Amino acid sequence: MTAIVDYGVGNLFSLSSSLRSLGVETVVTCQEETLRAAERIILPGVGAFGDARAKLDETGLVPVLLEEAERKPLLGICLGMQLLFDRGFEYGEHPGLGLIPGEVASLGEDLEDKTLKIPHMGWNSLEIVKDDPLFRYFKDGEYVYYVHSFYARNCWDNTLGVSQYGNVAVTGAVRRGNVWGTQFHPEKSGDAGLRLLRAFAEL
Amino acid sequence: MLAKRIIPCLDVRDGRVVKGTNFQGLRDMADPVELARFYNDSGADELVFYDITASAEGRGLFTDILRRVASEIFIPLTVGGGIRGLEDFDRVLKCGADKVSVNSGAIADPSIIAAAAKRYGDQCVVLSMDVKRVDGQFRLFAKGGREDTGIDAMEWAVRGAGDGAGEIVLNSIDTDGVKTGFDLEMLDQLAARVKVPIIASGGAGNKEHFAELFTHRGVDAGLAASIFHTKQVDIKELKQYLRGKGVEMRL
Repeated sequence: MTAIVDYGVGNLFSLSSSLRSLGVETVVTCQEETLRAAERIILPGVGAFGDARAKLDETGLVPVLLEEAERKPLLGICLGMQLLFDRGFEYGEHPGLGLIPGEVASLGEDLEDKTLKIPHMGWNSLEIVKDDPLFRYFKDGEYVYYVHSFYARNCWDNTLGVSQYGNVAVTGAVRRGNVWGTQFHPEKSGDAGLRLLRAFAEL
Repeated sequence: MLAKRIIPCLDVRDGRVVKGTNFQGLRDMADPVELARFYNDSGADELVFYDITASAEGRGLFTDILRRVASEIFIPLTVGGGIRGLEDFDRVLKCGADKVSVNSGAIADPSIIAAAAKRYGDQCVVLSMDVKRVDGQFRLFAKGGREDTGIDAMEWAVRGAGDGAGEIVLNSIDTDGVKTGFDLEMLDQLAARVKVPIIASGGAGNKEHFAELFTHRGVDAGLAASIFHTKQVDIKELKQYLRGKGVEMRL
């Protein structure tokens, strides 16, 4: 069973539907025992870093996630990926979960070409920089769907894939041990995204 | 870099996809779920559904369709039509929409843009505008293009983006349905005024029109309905053609 953490941020309809369409048994939950029993966990998220961190703290699930990440695959998606890092700089500085070294900073500030639009929204091609079981069914250079204004940086050692936006190599996929993350939305990335979710469900 | 997007638009009335010319003469066309599946398989980058139903009964049919589409098609879905308040945002987002497009609802109550952006994020709010040239000015029209609001469309767009609209759909009434190409003059003016992504709508008649559109740097996506519905232009072929012309496309 795959558990999607429900902590009150964002719409989980597409994510749970996409997993179900792959035949993956999926539950959307905020219960500790369900997360403990799950084979793998997905941490979704949309919105701002600080708000999301606060909401996650309110659920009391942070220690559970940190412990379970030691023993089973965990995938953070979009803001859920950003929360895996040490800290985020969206509207002030906020602590992340510290599962992957690095920080989450403003993409707009790091872009040299100020005419590029923010958010980085739409389909960008994902260049694989490190092979990984997550890419078992995914081809180098396939397009994935992004919607975000902040991005993870100083995390090169754990980066699996990047998408180029102006001068910035946007961190697209990361992994450290049992913990994976994608900045893009696999559940909105068509067939390529579904294949990536399938690979995660087989980990 | 980001790919330019090709977006088919499905106008849904009483559970069927319809398409008219110059906002009139609606014709019954196809089953929306089947058509959505077809577009997904052809490589559409996003789908837009406009609910043009008037009745509450039709509205229920629409959300059923949306739920069915969203549970089997995993690309971004934008929903518009009859969005007047946060409860409408809520209703369609719960059925699987990713973005919600406001048009007349924002004209009636402009505060809806800021309120929705605050609750759901800028990326979720799309400002859709129907614009026509009147007395040398780009004028904003309401009610499906039937009513001149007297508002300057470019000012309206700047205000909407400032309030938190994360994307703008510019539909030119002057070129809509006549298939002589997108309204490039109007689009350039808008691109010079706002920084948010711009989706061009109205006027696509052939694949060359899209190639011409994407030479205009400020335009992020091209939206069309009838040429895709009638299979006059095949999305897969169109995208291959555009890539051949040097436009970045997801294939």
